[in-house]
Amino acid sequence: MVQYSQTSFDASFAALSDATRRGVLEQLGRADASITDLAEKFHMTLTGMKKHVGVLEQAGLVTTEKVGRVRTCKLGLRRLEEEAAWIERYRQLWSARFDELDKVIEKLKWK
Amino acid sequence: MKNPTKAERKSERELVISRTFDAPSHIVFEAWTNPKLLKLWWAPKSMGMSLVTCDIDLRAGGSYRFEFGKGSSVSMAFFGKYLEVTPPSRLVWTNEESDGGSVTTLTFEEQAGKTQLVMHELYPSKEALDATLAGMEGGMAETLAQLDELLLTLSP
Repeated sequence: MVQYSQTSFDASFAALSDATRRGVLEQLGRADASITDLAEKFHMTLTGMKKHVGVLEQAGLVTTEKVGRVRTCKLGLRRLEEEAAWIERYRQLWSARFDELDKVIEKLKWK
Repeated sequence: MKNPTKAERKSERELVISRTFDAPSHIVFEAWTNPKLLKLWWAPKSMGMSLVTCDIDLRAGGSYRFEFGKGSSVSMAFFGKYLEVTPPSRLVWTNEESDGGSVTTLTFEEQAGKTQLVMHELYPSKEALDATLAGMEGGMAETLAQLDELLLTLSP
């Protein structure tokens, strides 16, 4: 099967499929934290935690910022919610059009 | 019961809208390509506008132009070229209103008298698709601004 580039939503679901990553999101929901803090909290190596944060970052769920030698992580949910809202609005436009199209098609069927 | 419409961002540059219609594909294709029929459904009543112009030169390389308006004033135009016209299963066109316009591929797949319609939009860049989606919000803002203006004229 051809592997298409992952959608942002697929990336989000993949990111959320891991218990540690869900835990990290929960943790960041309470307060921003450095990768070192998170590694300690979840009893992981720094490298392991960097990987998890990388996946979350890729999915737009987390943003990180390096200040001095410390990389701070925070929730990046907003972007995702905005995009979902935009797509929903686009869907609604087409849904309204298609409901009208149904009526046209019904008439054509009986011709 | 209305069939549900699905919308999904398939990748950074692709948006896919899909829906099933309870009719054979030649009928659905006709409704998408006959200007008289398009006028009946393309501008939903909820938009408060109608399709005042709908010119279609239905052949590969042929142009189309749709103009929306309120009464006789035109407020928005959509135009481009058909790249592929294969009745009743496939229609491909360009959207040339802006540099970031997509190429839209419409496929009509008939099964047991019903048609599965898939509209695939491929944008030139991630930014172009982001801008289109953000523009949905812009459109709303524009509508609200128009309402503001209308309310101003109504107030004593």
